[in-house]
Amino acid sequence: MASIEMKHIVKQYGDGFPAVNDVSLDIAEGEFMILVGPSGCGKSTLLRMIVGLEDITSGDMVIGGVRVNDKAPRERNLSMVFQNYALYPHLTVFENIAFPLRLAKVPDDEVKRRVNDAADVLELHEHLGRKPANLSGGQRQRVAMGRAIVRQAEAFLFDEPLSNLDAKLRGQMRTEISRLQRRLGITTVYVTHDQTEAMTLGDRVCVLRKGKIQQVASPRELYEQPVNLFVAGFIGSPPMNFLPATISGNELSTPFGPIALDERRTAAVAGRDLLLVGIRPEYFEDASLVDEAKLPLGSTFRARVDVTEWLGDSQFAYIPYEAPEAITNQLRDLSRELDAEELRTQAIVSIDSTSRIREGRDAEFWLDSRKVHVFDPQTGENLTRDAEAGAALTRMATEDRVEQVEEARARADGSTSVGAA
Amino acid sequence: MRYLFRPPAVDAAGLLSLPWHQPLAEWDASLLLEVPQRGISRHVVRFVASDGQVYALKEIAEPLARHEYALLGAFEEEGLPAVSVVGICVDRPHELDAVLVTRYLEYSMSYRYLFSSPRLGQSADRLIDTLVELLVRLHLAGVYWGDCSLSNTLFRLDAGAFAAYLVDAETVERHPTISAGKRAYDVELAQERVGAELLDLRSGGLLPGDIDPIEVADGLVGRYEALWDEVTREEVFRPDEQRYRVAERLQRLNDLGFDVGEVELVTSSDGARLRVETRVAEAGHHRRELFRLTGLEVQENQARRLLNDIRSYRAYLEQREGRPVRESVAGHRWLTEVYQPVVDAIPPHLVGRLAPAEVFHEVLEHRWFLSERAGRDVGTKAAVRSYFETVLPATPEQVTPPSAVAERG
Repeated sequence: MASIEMKHIVKQYGDGFPAVNDVSLDIAEGEFMILVGPSGCGKSTLLRMIVGLEDITSGDMVIGGVRVNDKAPRERNLSMVFQNYALYPHLTVFENIAFPLRLAKVPDDEVKRRVNDAADVLELHEHLGRKPANLSGGQRQRVAMGRAIVRQAEAFLFDEPLSNLDAKLRGQMRTEISRLQRRLGITTVYVTHDQTEAMTLGDRVCVLRKGKIQQVASPRELYEQPVNLFVAGFIGSPPMNFLPATISGNELSTPFGPIALDERRTAAVAGRDLLLVGIRPEYFEDASLVDEAKLPLGSTFRARVDVTEWLGDSQFAYIPYEAPEAITNQLRDLSRELDAEELRTQAIVSIDSTSRIREGRDAEFWLDSRKVHVFDPQTGENLTRDAEAGAALTRMATEDRVEQVEEARARADGSTSVGAA
Repeated sequence: MRYLFRPPAVDAAGLLSLPWHQPLAEWDASLLLEVPQRGISRHVVRFVASDGQVYALKEIAEPLARHEYALLGAFEEEGLPAVSVVGICVDRPHELDAVLVTRYLEYSMSYRYLFSSPRLGQSADRLIDTLVELLVRLHLAGVYWGDCSLSNTLFRLDAGAFAAYLVDAETVERHPTISAGKRAYDVELAQERVGAELLDLRSGGLLPGDIDPIEVADGLVGRYEALWDEVTREEVFRPDEQRYRVAERLQRLNDLGFDVGEVELVTSSDGARLRVETRVAEAGHHRRELFRLTGLEVQENQARRLLNDIRSYRAYLEQREGRPVRESVAGHRWLTEVYQPVVDAIPPHLVGRLAPAEVFHEVLEHRWFLSERAGRDVGTKAAVRSYFETVLPATPEQVTPPSAVAERG
């Protein structure tokens, strides 16, 4: 297991196009790092430079303290998990996991030890002596993971491993990968375009756009303190709503009425002309269902509901709003860049599933103004981001991870000593 | 449901009546053809026959099916050795995956058959060489396979040798050129897959006892590196050896089954540095190319040989004249200054023993042989004289075709 450090990594293709542009990123030992972004953001290229499939134009790739820029993939001792795994029908499950070691001429007792250890983690023990024909889809994937584990690689790398699985197996595998990574405490880099996968799996998530890092943070920090419009729009489903606004004093004037800002945020946006307010769907509620004590913490407004979606445990209402052309164009561009289909001049708000708000009628909504962010529509910068609060969120995630890696180590030491006794 | 077919689609029309709305795994056995000794697949694969042609059907996610469909189509157009794709079926009901349809490669054999059949069991080395050649060929064409294995390759006999075809392009990526890292990784994967596949055969009692899976798999790496080096390395030699050394290198590449696209000679005080650009050519390509340049109609291998001589002559002209010479100009000058003089010099009583192009080919061989012995290029004239005195007369008179005898009168 090793740390991975990237220093000013650049990948330029023949035509001069920088697919990865000055990326510096430190991945700690045992950390689960997600590389996420829309297609063309450079995430796969970056992963391939870690593995050694792509040449690095400039910058340093350091794995376990050693610069590996000029090392062949094999010498880097990394494991690409699930890549086109095949199961061999005449080999037992044991040998299906063991064969990379057989090919590397690892002694028999060592093979036995490593395969048994892997089978423990993967709960495949009872299948080891059988042929793979009757394994379930999930068990087959676990055999593939077993192969990666027995190699004792420095890190696991995943390149969109779930994108071609059906929804059920995808959910199942997400849980498996997460559980496995926690148990083994192995450094993992995982590429995905799916923000849900990114948010549920990673200790930290690195959001990329056009070859550049936008933000590296824990899922919670990304969600609550996004650094710009791009990250705010990319993370979260349904996505954050963006409304045009102007400021006067401490009050934002928006299509959904005035929104009052606290002192810190007022200072951050003072003197600006046109702004964008970002409000997550769950910061809204059907005003008739909001507790009296909570009402003063936000503002209420009336609006006509276009569509409602009742999902049993939750409910969404779609509220169209007017925006100046410049803002509409900008939001359309953002949608396009994020491969999103939503019409952004329509707010998606989450309301209680018991709400009686109906389509085509006016209704009264409440909006929690404490958590709204304000963005510069030109640069996309989040003007009201609280860096300290964000850092605190990521620190919490790091503490959790360190604790888990230590537990994993203790467990591994324990099993070794038991094995040796 | 939607079907996308590549022309000629007529022969695939018979496939439309198949039960595409059902999962492949549930198709009635009466519709299917049992193809024994297939490779290992992660997906459901079935075979069907229609109008005397056999098709392979593979159920995979739509993006993969579309990707593979497009790539295999491009490979076919470029003459890369891969199975021929017919089409895909997408938008199937009940969210079924897409189906990719390829033509079954007639007379092809899977490694399972080749390694386990006693008659061919001893040719493990040749099979691995064939696989390595396929991989080198793909790499030269900028193809990263990502899943090179025996299972994903089909073999065909070709005049006593084997030819290998790529069967599965799911993971394939196409680039203008590919990095050393990608090549190394492809070879690493191939080594691991081949090793596992042979271990699997051994476990099933299907591998002759004298084949060691690990040894064969390990050998693949060295074989790949040697062949890659042979087809891509730069060579430096003295200006006076230039003509025959270029010819020698081109011949060696041809012997390995590769064709040369372009020859680049850079001269300096140390001598000439030769760089060859090896390429993959489609069948009959050389015949057409030679006809275009010279109007000569010859066999494929002869054409390949003559084209090499034209290239080598062009490099010589360019170097001598210190300016670029157009290919068509070089072809024309080669015909009148090199080829025709040799053919015209055939003594009348020996005309027709061999086809003129074959005579020219043998003269080239003879020149190489004499130059090698002399340690310098002996030149065409001397080679022609020696050949007509010592070699051609030894050719049996009987092989002279009736048409040549009649013409001689």
